[in-house]
Amino acid sequence: MSIAENAPVIDSDEVRRQRAKRMEKLGSWSLPVVVMLAALLLWDRIVVWNEIPHYILPGPGRVWDSLVNDWGILWEAGLLTGKITLMALGLAIVGGAGLAILFNQSRMVEMSFYPYAVILQVTPVVSIAPLIFIYVDSKTAGMLLCAWIVAFFPVLSSTTLGLNSVDHNLRDLYRIYGASRWQKLWMLQLPSALPYFLGGLKIAGGLSLIGAVVAELVAGTGGVGAGLAARIQEAGYQLNIARMFAALTLVAAMGVLIFAALSLVSHLLLRKWHESALSRET
Amino acid sequence: MQPIDQRPTVLRMSNVNKTFNGSVVALNGMSMTVGQGDFISLLGPSGCGKSTALRLISDLMVPTSGKIDWEGGHEVGDLGVVFQEPTLMPWATVAQNVWLPYRLRGKSYASVKDEILEALKLVGLEKFQNSYPRELSGGMKMRVSIARAMVTRPRLILMDEPFAALDEITRFKLNNDLLELKAKINCTVIFVTHSVFESVFLSDRIIVMAARPGRVIQELHVDEGYPRSEEFRTSAEYAAYCRQATDALHEAMGVAA
Repeated sequence: MSIAENAPVIDSDEVRRQRAKRMEKLGSWSLPVVVMLAALLLWDRIVVWNEIPHYILPGPGRVWDSLVNDWGILWEAGLLTGKITLMALGLAIVGGAGLAILFNQSRMVEMSFYPYAVILQVTPVVSIAPLIFIYVDSKTAGMLLCAWIVAFFPVLSSTTLGLNSVDHNLRDLYRIYGASRWQKLWMLQLPSALPYFLGGLKIAGGLSLIGAVVAELVAGTGGVGAGLAARIQEAGYQLNIARMFAALTLVAAMGVLIFAALSLVSHLLLRKWHESALSRET
Repeated sequence: MQPIDQRPTVLRMSNVNKTFNGSVVALNGMSMTVGQGDFISLLGPSGCGKSTALRLISDLMVPTSGKIDWEGGHEVGDLGVVFQEPTLMPWATVAQNVWLPYRLRGKSYASVKDEILEALKLVGLEKFQNSYPRELSGGMKMRVSIARAMVTRPRLILMDEPFAALDEITRFKLNNDLLELKAKINCTVIFVTHSVFESVFLSDRIIVMAARPGRVIQELHVDEGYPRSEEFRTSAEYAAYCRQATDALHEAMGVAA
């Protein structure tokens, strides 16, 4: 009997494993969709059966209508909120990573300023924001500052952790080979810190959106036009609950989009070498 | 190859002491002359100061007293090191990892490409130059680490239990390959190990050390030229040397107990 005759036998265990794998793949996107559809249906039925007036709780159909009819207003508001969020995130990256490198290079600077970075972080931004808008004339600058205060800390703390997490032997190796401080920073510490930085970045993405929303609520609508949070507030005053839900949906979608984009960036940067990006055969 | 006592000196340790926290004596009065082409094993139980000796030679520590002198002074690049772990940069390819000692001296990749490929060829990994460390097995990673240590042809290579974490089959294979490498480029090596068999198979000088306090007990010479083949491992001479080294090690442990 030759080997070829009995080689391609797939036993029943293997078949079961493959089926389980396929089911899991299917379930990972279909189950959340099913849950959402069920929730929407339930929501709709509750509204209809209990005859709840739309100024208290609109059904999903009305929210959809609002999303379509008010698209012009909402899109413009979304652009503004998105712009503030992304700019704040950009500043958080530059400021957070920059401070982390500065702290890492100079122990004196770290000892002097790190406590204040922590204080800035633990003080709720809602309580700082009104003060900011008293002293900062430009609304855009004020909103950016608010969003930055919330977003920079995760970048700072995780990058700091990363810069200090260099493999000890590699550190010794660099010393033995006479690396300069900059070579060590550029060729050893920054690549080591990258996975940590990216982890902090994902958190900062969500936080900068929160910061932007809070800043809008505090700043009000005058001057630079209204963002999504301001639209939610305004629609609330007008008892236009459907538009509140529509704007809320957009805010949530924006948060998901930012998270997905940052996850993609993280994956692309780490997939070749980092443990987190490896998939193992089971 | 010249007899051991006629080789030009590379480095001299004279009465070197290292004490931690003012009381723990890690190394007590170690003296040793390293000759060019020596393959020295530092053999001893844990705590005998063999790793401390390597850290002192590589300037990662300063001795509490005593002197370590390089013949004719020394500069960065006189030394290559291999640690117990491969210690590769996971974000860099194999070739980029081997480039490191040159890169830290400001040499571009293009200018040392030939040396890098030559080093990888010597450890049999030229086909893997563009792979990332995670794609390699433990033994292959260690080969990259060895290629990196020798790429600049340093005057001295330090190896701190490089094969201790590998399985025995891989370990034997790497022992053979290291000897082949030694025969090809006649490098000078200080090799830390706690394996009697490894030390006899690889080295021509075995320095047996004892613990608490860490110190040199005895030096044995293995008068077997390079290249050494797998047959040496099964020869009567090999067994006799192992016996001798084992006795010395027992003596070291007995004194320590």
